[in-house]
Amino acid sequence: MFRDAWLMASKDLRIERATRVGTGQILPFGGLVLILFGLAISPVYQVTVAVGVRRPMLAQAAPGLFWITVLLAALLALGRSFAVESTDGNLDALKMAGLDPAGIFLGKSAAVAAQLLALQLVLGIGAFILYGPPLADPVLLLTVVILATLGITAAGTVYAAVASGLRVRDTMVPLLVLPVVAPVLLAATKATEAALFGPLDNGWSWAMLLGVFALLYAGVGMLAFGPIMEES
Amino acid sequence: MTSTSSKATYVVGWAAIVGLALSLLFALVLSPPEVNMGDSVRLLYVHLPTIAVSYLGYGITFLGSVIYLRNQSPFWDLLAGAAAEIGVLFTAFVLVTGAIWGKPTWGTYWEWDPRLTATTVMFIMYLGYLAIRRMDLPQEVRSRRAAVVGIIAIANLIIVRYSVQWWRGLHQGQTLGVDTQLDGLMLFSLFLSVVAFLLLGAWLLIHRFRVAWLERQVEDMRLARALSERRGEAGGAALGGVVS
Amino acid sequence: MVNLSGAISLIGGFPALAGVDLTVDDGEIVVLRGPNGAGKSTLLRLCAGLAPLNGGSGTILGHDLASRERRRRIRRETGLLAHQTFLYDELTVEDNLRFWAKANRADPSTVEPILDRLDLGGRLRTVKISALSAGQRRRASVAVMVCRRPKIWLLDEPHAGLDQAGRDFIDEIVRHAVRFGATVIIASHDHGRVSNLATRTVHLVGGMVTGAEDGQGEGRSVS
Repeated sequence: MFRDAWLMASKDLRIERATRVGTGQILPFGGLVLILFGLAISPVYQVTVAVGVRRPMLAQAAPGLFWITVLLAALLALGRSFAVESTDGNLDALKMAGLDPAGIFLGKSAAVAAQLLALQLVLGIGAFILYGPPLADPVLLLTVVILATLGITAAGTVYAAVASGLRVRDTMVPLLVLPVVAPVLLAATKATEAALFGPLDNGWSWAMLLGVFALLYAGVGMLAFGPIMEES
Repeated sequence: MTSTSSKATYVVGWAAIVGLALSLLFALVLSPPEVNMGDSVRLLYVHLPTIAVSYLGYGITFLGSVIYLRNQSPFWDLLAGAAAEIGVLFTAFVLVTGAIWGKPTWGTYWEWDPRLTATTVMFIMYLGYLAIRRMDLPQEVRSRRAAVVGIIAIANLIIVRYSVQWWRGLHQGQTLGVDTQLDGLMLFSLFLSVVAFLLLGAWLLIHRFRVAWLERQVEDMRLARALSERRGEAGGAALGGVVS
Repeated sequence: MVNLSGAISLIGGFPALAGVDLTVDDGEIVVLRGPNGAGKSTLLRLCAGLAPLNGGSGTILGHDLASRERRRRIRRETGLLAHQTFLYDELTVEDNLRFWAKANRADPSTVEPILDRLDLGGRLRTVKISALSAGQRRRASVAVMVCRRPKIWLLDEPHAGLDQAGRDFIDEIVRHAVRFGATVIIASHDHGRVSNLATRTVHLVGGMVTGAEDGQGEGRSVS
């Protein structure tokens, strides 16, 4: 299983290296979304977060805006991940090779996760520059980024596979994935708020929820990928 | 089976109508207004039973999906689909009645209340499930994928529900209007309307399921015809001699 | 090798195969012939364990097609050359071959000789599949099939879109496969050419077998 996962993941990353869809298209798209949010929420708006403490609304909303950006980028990356398999009948070929479905699931989600993490490094720096929030706890932030990414990719890969082989795949994937990862958005946003602004006590429990979600969906994906991929 | 009605659905249907009429009487006339909420408590007699039916629908979808994955029986597949449709219908109704109720109790149609938020997300999630059931794929593939999603949906439902509750709960105590105190007659009215709505839900479910079942039979008949037509092609060719 | 009786296969609710009876013995080269839409491709996909068996019965290499578990074995032991390349367009010939060799648990040391033997070893090695000509792509697909070492070769219009040299190459590969003990089923429009190879020609119309005749091909056994 892990052998197959490694094989799939390294293949997907090699395709990314050859085509640069992630760095050439998805990353600029994410950057654009960050800027559009800045246009939608004027930088001059201020919010009162506590008695006597005022902050630019954009900085206060930064965690949520960042995670929505990541979700949108993730949808593109997931769509891409399955478009690669379905154009030349490669899902059939994978079946003929007898690869372990759980391995395919792990490999494909790992490759998407790796791409998303790299993407978030750049987008995160961009968000700090554009929105200018403080940073109270980098360790919590890093933990949240990793756990949330794993959750999004695991759940997203399951639903992207459900929609694979469809002509309406591009519209199905967002409809299926977004409601399911709504809790991830929620937990990641709250935990990121804690990591940026403090106090941190709640942040770690939200991070834990992210971890549970990621684990749950990793398990679901490994079990469900066989039935999902089986054609008849 | 050529019709979606039978003696049983006839009885259930009439029981639902009588039950609804009675609960209307109890909810609007016989039961008293509540001390804190006044007359707006009466919406509870619609709101709560509707939620109950939609959750029950999702429960049946889950159950049907599990059994379908185990034995591939079309019965459970179609039942799961029909139940999800009833669930979605009643959830839509919950959201509308919730908004109507929200106006007098909260002063707005929409409040970022955990239940309301979670229910809306859940609603969209099951719309996705129904979209899967309409996918342009071979029937077994579609049924299997739908079953997988029908099972995971319950886990999602729980996660969404609790994470949203936690999200609001960290800021303020969870409030659904004001403290409500229900006396005996009010509880009876509530009970009555729950029963009436369950009957209504059951009636709809049976009919929806039977429609789906008949559709499946039509599909089978169409297939049988397509098969004999296809064989006709082959027979014609055999008679006419094979091109070589 | 192949044993189908009344096999029905539905594609999107349409009975692409409407009751096929077919027996193929070890070492045969069977050519499937018939008009477009006769069900040739579906029959090959059924033999590969990809298309569903919705009615009738069948075994491939002794594995029951009705069992999902057995069908996985069938997929491992058969090779399909289809209209699709079964290759990743964005990867090079060599990367594709290495990936599919590993995915199929083939001996990695066979990749080099296969690349050389199929004339993919030189300049073409580092070219992306998307940049190859139709013939070169078909060669790359064949290369994957060779390294999988399937017991049954299922070839769907292998000559289509190829020039003279490409067609000769396919013929040579087929002969080679049979010499090494494989059984071959070819769906083809190309009348003259494949007849030379075939030990038997099977006619398919309307998703059913409508006739068969023996050929003088180079297969190892008689039917």
